[in-house]
Amino acid sequence: MKLLALHQSYANRGRSNSFRGQTPLDSAVDGGNAVKSPSGIFWLILHCLCCLVSLVLGFRFSRLVFYLLFSTTSINNLYTSTTTSFGSATDIAETLSFTTSLRILSPPVVNNTTSAVTSRVVVGRHGIRIRPWPHPDPVEVMKAHKIIEAVQREQKVQYGIKNPRTLIAITPTYVRTFQALHLTGLMHTLMNLPYDVVWIVVEAGGATNETAALLAKSELQVKHIGFEKKMPVFWEGRHKMESQMRLRALRVVREEKLDGIVMFADDSNMHSLELFDEIQKVEWIGAVSVGILAHSSHPDEDPFEVQKTMDEEDDKESTFPVQGPACNSSELLIGWHTFNSLVYKGKSANYIGDMAIVLPRKLEWSGFVMNSRLVWKEAEFRPDWIEDLDTVVAGDGDDDIENPLSLVKDSSMVEPLGGCGKKVMLWWLRAEARADSKFPSGWIIDPPLEMTVAAKRTPWTDFPPELPSNTQKVISATQENAEKRATKTRTPKSRRSSRGKRKHDSKNADARASARTSGERIN
Amino acid sequence: MSNLMWGLILLVFSAFFLNLDAFELRKGQKTERISGSAGDVLEDDPVGRLKVFVYELPSKYNKKILQKDPRCLNHMFAAEIYMHRFLLSSPVRTLNPEEADWFYTPVYTTCDLTPNGLPLPFKSPRMMRSAIQLISSNWPYWNRTEGADHFFIVPHDFGACFHYQEEKAIERGILPLLQRATLVQTFGQRNHVCLKEGSITVPPYAPPQKMQSHLIPPSIPRSIFVYFRGLFYDVGNDPEGGYYARGARAAVWENFKDNPLFDISTEHPTTYYEDMQRAVFCLCPLGWAPWSPRLVEAVIFGCIPVIIADDIVLPFADAIPWEDIGVYVDEKDVPNLDTILTSIPTEVILRKQRLLANPSMKQAMLFPHPAQPGDAFHQILNGLARKLPHDKSVYLRKGEKVLNWTAGPLADLKPW
Repeated sequence: MKLLALHQSYANRGRSNSFRGQTPLDSAVDGGNAVKSPSGIFWLILHCLCCLVSLVLGFRFSRLVFYLLFSTTSINNLYTSTTTSFGSATDIAETLSFTTSLRILSPPVVNNTTSAVTSRVVVGRHGIRIRPWPHPDPVEVMKAHKIIEAVQREQKVQYGIKNPRTLIAITPTYVRTFQALHLTGLMHTLMNLPYDVVWIVVEAGGATNETAALLAKSELQVKHIGFEKKMPVFWEGRHKMESQMRLRALRVVREEKLDGIVMFADDSNMHSLELFDEIQKVEWIGAVSVGILAHSSHPDEDPFEVQKTMDEEDDKESTFPVQGPACNSSELLIGWHTFNSLVYKGKSANYIGDMAIVLPRKLEWSGFVMNSRLVWKEAEFRPDWIEDLDTVVAGDGDDDIENPLSLVKDSSMVEPLGGCGKKVMLWWLRAEARADSKFPSGWIIDPPLEMTVAAKRTPWTDFPPELPSNTQKVISATQENAEKRATKTRTPKSRRSSRGKRKHDSKNADARASARTSGERIN
Repeated sequence: MSNLMWGLILLVFSAFFLNLDAFELRKGQKTERISGSAGDVLEDDPVGRLKVFVYELPSKYNKKILQKDPRCLNHMFAAEIYMHRFLLSSPVRTLNPEEADWFYTPVYTTCDLTPNGLPLPFKSPRMMRSAIQLISSNWPYWNRTEGADHFFIVPHDFGACFHYQEEKAIERGILPLLQRATLVQTFGQRNHVCLKEGSITVPPYAPPQKMQSHLIPPSIPRSIFVYFRGLFYDVGNDPEGGYYARGARAAVWENFKDNPLFDISTEHPTTYYEDMQRAVFCLCPLGWAPWSPRLVEAVIFGCIPVIIADDIVLPFADAIPWEDIGVYVDEKDVPNLDTILTSIPTEVILRKQRLLANPSMKQAMLFPHPAQPGDAFHQILNGLARKLPHDKSVYLRKGEKVLNWTAGPLADLKPW
């Protein structure tokens, strides 16, 4: 490589000397006959002339002439034989007649004394072969991609997970504006997996046709379970109810003796496909790191501003909160990174659609995965440090546990996954519209949009939704700015979507209004 | 009775199908056995099959040279030094020359380095000649056969032609004194003056520890289609192109520089080894000489070598079926390289990768220290063992002389 190149650069000190005037010796020469026939002398004189010309003109004229004159594929054969000063006339004549011969033909075996076997590979200057259109061909690019896919599949078979276990994903959901957004994302993630998936969707407020229609679009095996309580508006209550719903799903796993790996896929979370490869490694119960995207729907308030002030006090705080297992240097679990919600005290969202940061609980369910046999009534080889589900949660529906750690007696037996929590493959996010926001059912707008309404005339209520007493009053000048900005963006959109007659239709206005995520004015 | 017959036939058929199932299963396996034209010989043990006598030359032929320049231990010609060390402590070594099948002369001809680290071959013929004069005068074994049962390691660019320029090397030819000896060299090209019949081609030295330290997990998917890092034009010596690599490398560049499938450039990335492990094909075109350490690297990292060098003879060609493992592309077919590579059936590609994954294949390309079973040292000894027993005709009658001690350029005859 480099060595050889440098080497050869040193090597060709001698080469440059040989260029001037002397002919390059090729393999056809073996110190043989020095017969100078008339044509040989002629070529020699011609060559000397050309050399003189090139000395004057300053480039290798002779070679260029020969290159241009005899520009066929067998140029090298020709070239080297014509510049040779030795060799008989018959030699040259024979090779000249082979102008169109390809190099695969062996050089003509002359009947005189060439003793050494000549190789078909000739030393000397060769043309640089360039095809007429030296650009990629899309058909071939596709073929190459197919080859790469086949190679990667084979690699997966040989070095990837052997005997992959079924994935049991548990998702609590309920009908709301953002359900389609979140559930579609999760659905596509699960559809992309190379593993078998059993998707247990627990729906608050009972199993509805809306959700069922959404789920039917996937080709997954879905268990759609209704949970007969309505989802509360407050985040606290929502978190509690989600836990209850997950327990309900775990009961289904228990009763139906589903076998596989249980993971808690909240519909608004973001999962990377590597997560699913990683959790195949779990034996009984494992934990992964969850990146918390505690985001404020308020554009001006920087959620990390608060963190920054903390940074000044203790410099080691990282700005991005991650929940998950904490390990020591020998990769053993020693504790947990949890979300520090004290920082956000007083500024967090209370109800769904609130313009403030939505906080996760200390340790989210989604950061845990477990072997489904953990919740079975009886399972072989189940270790003693696992509690039976019935002892932890009595009855069904009313109790809830904050996170799956309550299912194990000894939380140090939890396996840390993902490079001992170093790799974040899953992000927690709660982005919701207001609880009373309306959206077209099934996201089918029927009848079609016919009107556009100026923002100020929307029938949207300027009052907050029906809430029990402790409503948070957040008043700031910046909020009005936000609203102004929002209204500015609203009108061009409505202009674009206007079709035909302008009719005052409250339903359409509602649809458009609820389609926006942020900036609801609260007074 | 007829029922029994039918039952038996059914049994046979079902056995057949079960067997076919077994074939299907075998597809998912990781490696395949490698057997070349000499048979399944990669894992042969040379111990007991041959005996090698190592001449004790004065240290000016080996140790002193190495002391003068220890860089010789790391460059790609280091095989001669490591072979010497291996033979000194190997069980095939015998201290009794009467029972030896092969004689080894430890002379480090490729250790005269320039400040840049490139070996100068100008003194090598004289060094070799001087060594042969020494062994022929101090021991009777050289004269017995005029070197036919001696072997020499000449890992230089064009082997025993002792020159880095191909034209000059061809002009010189193989050193006349080595005409009857067996040469172990890296250079191999069919019908070339510098490849003697009966030579053993070996891979160039590549540092095993360095390559092992850059291994990445095999589960990382191979996403590069074709990979190459190196020069396309040797601007210092051949600025117009056409001489360097017989124009083949320049053709690769001109045809495929904008092709997304071809990850080719002249950069020297620090992740060179890791990138090779993420590639399906690695180009191994000729340079000034047809061989290169790229072949070794491609084999170690499981990347299918695409060999662009007409008439090249690859290492251990009788033990390793290179046509099954790599892809040969004629230099004239370089403009169609993409068509050639994409038209290889997937099954063939997977089979090549399976063969490359065979650990004995990787071992055969390496010169580890200390030596391990199946490595290149053992393959060389296996090759020597396959040439045994010596034909009776190599033993010359008393007084019979074949070699011409005064042949060759006058400069070579000067004492070293």
